[in-house]
Amino acid sequence: MENQLLSIITFLPLVAALILALFMRGDDAAARQGAKWLALFTTSATFVISLFILFRFDPSNTGFQFVEEREWILGLTYKMGVDGISILFVMLTTFLMPITIWSCWGVEHRVKEYMIAFLVLETLMLGVFCALDLVLFYLFFEAGLIPMFLIIGIWGGKDRIYAAFKFFLYTFLGSVLMLVAMMTFSLLGFRVVGGLQTMLFLAFFASFAVKMPMWPVHTWLPDAHVQAPTAGSVVLAAILLKMGGYGFLRFSLPMFPVGSDVMAPLVLWMSAIAIVYTSLVALAQTDMKKLIAYSSVAHMGYVTMGIFAVNQQGIDGAIFQMLSHGFISGALFLCVGVIYDRMHTREIDAYGGLVNRMPAYALVFMFFTMANVGLPGTSGFVGEFLTLMGIFQVNTWVAAVATTGVILSAAYALWLYRRVVFGDLIKEALKSITDMDRREKAIFAPLIAMTLILGVYPSLVTDIIGPSVSALVTDYQAALPADDAALALNEGHSE
Amino acid sequence: MTSADFQTLLPEIVLSGYAMAALMVAVYTTKDKLAATLVWATAGLFVALALYIGGTGEGERTVFNGLFTDDPFARFAKVTILLSAAAVLVMSQDYMTRRDLLRFEYPLLVTLSVVGMMVMVSSADLITLYMGLELQSLALYVIASIRRDSAKSSEAGLKYFVLGALSSGLLLYGASLVYGYAGTTQFAGILSTVQDGVPLGLLFGLVFMLAGLAFKVSAAPFHMWTPDVYEGSPTPVTAFFATAPKVAAMALIARLVQDAFGGIPGQWGQVLAALAVASMFLGAVAAIGQRDIKRLMAYSSIAHMGYALIGLCVGTAYGVQATMIYMAIYVTMNVGTFAFILSMERDGRPVSDIAGLNQFAKKEPLKALAMLVLLFSLAGVPPMVGFFGKFYVLKAAVDAGWVWLAVAGAVASVIGAFYYLRIVYFMYFGAEQEPVDSRMAPVQWGMLVAVAAIMLLGIVNLFGIEAPAAVAAEALVR
Repeated sequence: MENQLLSIITFLPLVAALILALFMRGDDAAARQGAKWLALFTTSATFVISLFILFRFDPSNTGFQFVEEREWILGLTYKMGVDGISILFVMLTTFLMPITIWSCWGVEHRVKEYMIAFLVLETLMLGVFCALDLVLFYLFFEAGLIPMFLIIGIWGGKDRIYAAFKFFLYTFLGSVLMLVAMMTFSLLGFRVVGGLQTMLFLAFFASFAVKMPMWPVHTWLPDAHVQAPTAGSVVLAAILLKMGGYGFLRFSLPMFPVGSDVMAPLVLWMSAIAIVYTSLVALAQTDMKKLIAYSSVAHMGYVTMGIFAVNQQGIDGAIFQMLSHGFISGALFLCVGVIYDRMHTREIDAYGGLVNRMPAYALVFMFFTMANVGLPGTSGFVGEFLTLMGIFQVNTWVAAVATTGVILSAAYALWLYRRVVFGDLIKEALKSITDMDRREKAIFAPLIAMTLILGVYPSLVTDIIGPSVSALVTDYQAALPADDAALALNEGHSE
Repeated sequence: MTSADFQTLLPEIVLSGYAMAALMVAVYTTKDKLAATLVWATAGLFVALALYIGGTGEGERTVFNGLFTDDPFARFAKVTILLSAAAVLVMSQDYMTRRDLLRFEYPLLVTLSVVGMMVMVSSADLITLYMGLELQSLALYVIASIRRDSAKSSEAGLKYFVLGALSSGLLLYGASLVYGYAGTTQFAGILSTVQDGVPLGLLFGLVFMLAGLAFKVSAAPFHMWTPDVYEGSPTPVTAFFATAPKVAAMALIARLVQDAFGGIPGQWGQVLAALAVASMFLGAVAAIGQRDIKRLMAYSSIAHMGYALIGLCVGTAYGVQATMIYMAIYVTMNVGTFAFILSMERDGRPVSDIAGLNQFAKKEPLKALAMLVLLFSLAGVPPMVGFFGKFYVLKAAVDAGWVWLAVAGAVASVIGAFYYLRIVYFMYFGAEQEPVDSRMAPVQWGMLVAVAAIMLLGIVNLFGIEAPAAVAAEALVR
């Protein structure tokens, strides 16, 4: 039973989606409500089971736990399991999904399909974080495009079609190259040395960098975010982007240490550019969602930087930053959603002086703006600090450039906050705006709690990921000289 | 000639006898009134024969003095051909009856072309190969123009015939060169000849034959007839063109290159690889601008043939297995897709413009969902079964050291994904307008939903076709 737990949480949402698709008839208010409740119940149940997994998880064991393995087609195996790196991503997903579902309580358009799309998406996201077989991973990774494509396309904004296609084709191109690299890698018996590693690394890199997204292949993200409905943006920013970082940790570093080592300077500089450049771009945005999207790209820059510093602080920080960004950016998109639901515009200029009518909202938005900036005491600070500390030991220049991003992020985030919330309430349309209702407040409560808890007690995370990260770093450092030796041996043979 | 010879040929004999007898009966009795019954009887016979071939056949036999061979490979191809032909027949009956297209000749011509296909995949001699191919093609030329009062249908038939005759000419020219240099028409004889060096003339012959066969599978650059014929023919006929004949021609290429030229994979591997790359990219790029779903499916099938050829050009048993699985998945997807296309109509008239599907999902959620699954499967997006088809052939290419070919296939699949997504886009988030009607006979509906379910459930074990395909491939590649 214990070994099937991961499969259970992975496929539970899918089962609920099937029930919705096959047995839920009609489109009246009762049916819509039923669909929402079923989705909420399923995602909450998934969260409860995943909590159970977390309590049974042994952080000191750096191997995979809860492993389930079965024969499958094509000589592949169905293998699921979690280790210190992936368990928290599983938790992040199961934690955020009920919140996401609850946040779209106000949706009235094709509700049943909306719920099905999110439930299927949860299955696929959990599959990505649990899969231990390359092809199985690829399957979940790619399949996640389908529900997201539909979510953007059906429930999105005005230019949703362009955004949906851009999202799909960009990510699809990135990942098919990874597929070929996977085949090559398995053909060579999962042992490659020297230059070929760099090639394979680049193929995987193409996929994860697009997903992450890293500068300069980030351009699909602002479009997708702006057009996606609120809940879609939340899932996209909070969970889907993390698949890229997870891919780097799970595949790129352990499988291609030499390739990573060769390409690391490039990745570090790309991250540094991403942080500064996208922060500057964020300053110029007039659309709230676009601004937050660019800020996401900047924050993901810290993640890639931390990962490719390849030391304990860097990777700890990267994972921490991903989790914290999951809560914060998700909450920021929810904040935009709250006023978008009332005013149906995301233009920053359409707002101003909201604090007068919406004090509770102003408080919540302030909290997450500060967390996004990286105020000490919130989780945003810990992630940025750890990654910068990790990178400082490796490349001082990159660290110096990246640190300016901290200032820039304060600039764009606070300026956004000032323009939307402060000032006099002069716009006629805003005069009758209402503050958050009880449901909206309740949605933010767990996010605020997590951001604070992780901010003041980061060991909660680092204790779990620490041993696995340390094993990852040790193996990586050991692999570099071993590869040189193997390469020398090969050359010796060929002479 | 012994009774064992005839027993091996029994399915083909039964089908031919049935076609003749039914033709006579229909001509001298009620003619077209019998047509619907004949369609179902023919389909029933196909299924029965598929079960017979799949269930009872074993071992390898070459009969009629080395003209005809029966091995696991032929049986796998025959079962695929028979089942897909049966599926297409039953789902076209309603469509053709309502539009007064159903002539009693239709099921019988299909039967004859299926006999031709079965002979093709079993051929062990250039003569058998050509006989099977022509029997198949001639029947198809007639079916293409079965809507006698439509200029487009006649045009399709004529175009198909003229270009088909040209390709047959190429094939025959190549075959005669091969015969001239090898001194025999038997595959086994050719195989032993090429083992001690390949004369230049024989190589010419090989290339000509491949060109002729590439025409039959509509691989670029021999694809020109496909969009016009697909568009002009009545939709049930298009559905037939897109399924069984493609399997037969692909299997024939496999048989020819392995049985007759198996010793020299270096000579034909690159030719097939060039065809594969050209087809994949042409199919992917040219389909983008299409407004007509039948033309789109034509380019889609061109692209799919490119992927199937990847498995053949690498020359390994695993590659052949990959191709056979790919073809089985391909025909299944096409049966489902055409079941849907057959149902598209407006005011009772068949339509095939893609834009007519605007907001179709609102009107018919279940059908739209089934189509969604099929389209993503055609695009090769996991977890649909179509992905595993592509995975198989790409893996075969990588395993045999053709990494560049796999990369080309992967890139082409991204381009190709665009136009499948476009149909999804019309169905789910197109402009607000009245979509086409979708009138389906229960059997069409059943096909569509069943195929969509297969595309999803196949992820568990591909319905066990891996093992038979492996046996088939090993029988062919020695």
